Amino acid sequence: MVTIRTEEITVRLGRYPAVSGITLDLFPGQLVGIVGPNGAGKSTLIRAMLGLAKSVSGTVSIDGTPIARLSRQEIARRIAYLPQGQTLHWPLLVERLAALGRMPHLGPLSRLSPQDEALIDAALARADVLHLKGRIATELSGGERARVLLARALAVGAPALIADEPLAALDPGHQIDVMDLLKAEARGGALVVTVLHDLGMAARYCDRLLLMDRGKLVADGVPLDVLTEQSLAEVYGISACIDANGDWPLILPTGRIKG
Amino acid sequence: MTARRHPLLLPALIALTLIAALGSLTLGAVPLAPGRVLAVLTGGGDEVARAILIDLRMPRMLLGLIVGAILGLAGASLQGYLRNPLAEPSVLGASNAAALGAVCALYFGLAHVHPVILPLLAITTSLVAIAALFLLAGPSESPLTLILAGIAVATLAGAGISLSLNLSPNPFAAMEIMSWLMGSLENRSYAHVSIALPCVLIGSALLIADGRTLDALTLGEEGAQALGADLAKTRLRIMLGVAIGVGGAVAVSGAIGFVGLIVPHLVRPLTDRSPSAILVPSLLGGAALLTFADIGVRLIPTSSELKLGVLTALLGVPVFLVHLMRERRLW
Repeated sequence: MVTIRTEEITVRLGRYPAVSGITLDLFPGQLVGIVGPNGAGKSTLIRAMLGLAKSVSGTVSIDGTPIARLSRQEIARRIAYLPQGQTLHWPLLVERLAALGRMPHLGPLSRLSPQDEALIDAALARADVLHLKGRIATELSGGERARVLLARALAVGAPALIADEPLAALDPGHQIDVMDLLKAEARGGALVVTVLHDLGMAARYCDRLLLMDRGKLVADGVPLDVLTEQSLAEVYGISACIDANGDWPLILPTGRIKG
Repeated sequence: MTARRHPLLLPALIALTLIAALGSLTLGAVPLAPGRVLAVLTGGGDEVARAILIDLRMPRMLLGLIVGAILGLAGASLQGYLRNPLAEPSVLGASNAAALGAVCALYFGLAHVHPVILPLLAITTSLVAIAALFLLAGPSESPLTLILAGIAVATLAGAGISLSLNLSPNPFAAMEIMSWLMGSLENRSYAHVSIALPCVLIGSALLIADGRTLDALTLGEEGAQALGADLAKTRLRIMLGVAIGVGGAVAVSGAIGFVGLIVPHLVRPLTDRSPSAILVPSLLGGAALLTFADIGVRLIPTSSELKLGVLTALLGVPVFLVHLMRERRLW
């Protein structure tokens, strides 16, 4: 169980604040989606939560401890991070790549235990890539590689998971699989934070949505309170057809608002 | 995260290193039959064989092994850290800078004041070069930036060495300086071994333990940090390890290039290609390769003995070419 708290955090990239003055409390057991247009500061916000962003003012704390007082390894054990669209620098085997997820739990020269191996296999199976175990990760398709990297994040076994655009490059079937998986993680007590561009998926799966625009948090709440025709017009500059009456909320962007 | 290698890789490399060591003792300008070598090694043997073996060939063999080992390991470690298969102490200017330090010590006569000054100066300049390189290349993951920074550092160090040649007071001094540029293990004594060995041991100790962080860097710097890697500490260990190890090695052998490039490329296909899996094989392979190359320069019939650095450069160029062809998808 992990809670993440940010207090008045501002992150500067060069001269401009990419994130300005965001205060948030994120609780375990929830699937939290972060939405907003390109350049809204979504990725910067989650990098700040992980202590990876530079020139951050304000404090981020994990379970009440400011991250400045935690070592990288202590953060890594609590929060698993899946960065967006990762390039791989060496042609590693899928199982070796997933095994990197166990790194936060290992001493510098210790080896993987049978429990570690079991956790890695379980993570590969959950991301539906166990059959790719013996393949070289750089030779997989974009979607397969994305799922292998998700397995790598799951293999950490951390009580919190932060995933940056986990649906990019996935076919509709695997998009649903991944969202089901994130939802299940949250139902199992984990805190799951994910950046999404598919508003329909965000509305359908997330317990809570954060809408960001130009570095600021402009709305925070249950999906259908956050995603309204008015907010979509203001933030994205789009008109949208929103239907909240069916079994699932439907959000269909219909056009660009000129002006 | 147990690195996977071909099960016979390490035994084969150990055997190869032993063969190289034995060859280095047996082969040379004066042929010594294995029987005479064996007699000396077991405590007997004649005076001549004893002198050649113990005083001439033994230190040369030991230096070949330890200098080669650190060059191979430093290449593997730098390639892993920089995520760049072309990284190597000489390509990045660390060897040249160490040679510049050694040349300065010779040129200003500091080397004669105390024997420690030459290796110390070589280590210092090599450390400065690597720090400058990491600073110039920044956190960028592009191989181009790194190679450009390496060229800048290596060229600057080369210019310094050329300057000392240019201004050298007499042809003998110039000859001595030249020999640092080409690298050689000719006429080395146990004094040289006692300089190089501690540096190489410290350097190897600093470089060999970071395999897991190097593997994590496959995911990029942020990916590795999010897995708990402390990159600042790793970077410091690698900088110090390369500077102390390679600096100490160059201080006795001169700048020998390309060993750190060739060896990781040769052993990588026999492993799972993860950076951690090639560290130990590169150390052993470097020791074997340089010792074999040193046997080569002794046996190739030329009017004066070939310089070791010349031979390793000739071996290194094909590796560059193969890489180029792969990049252009001609292979």
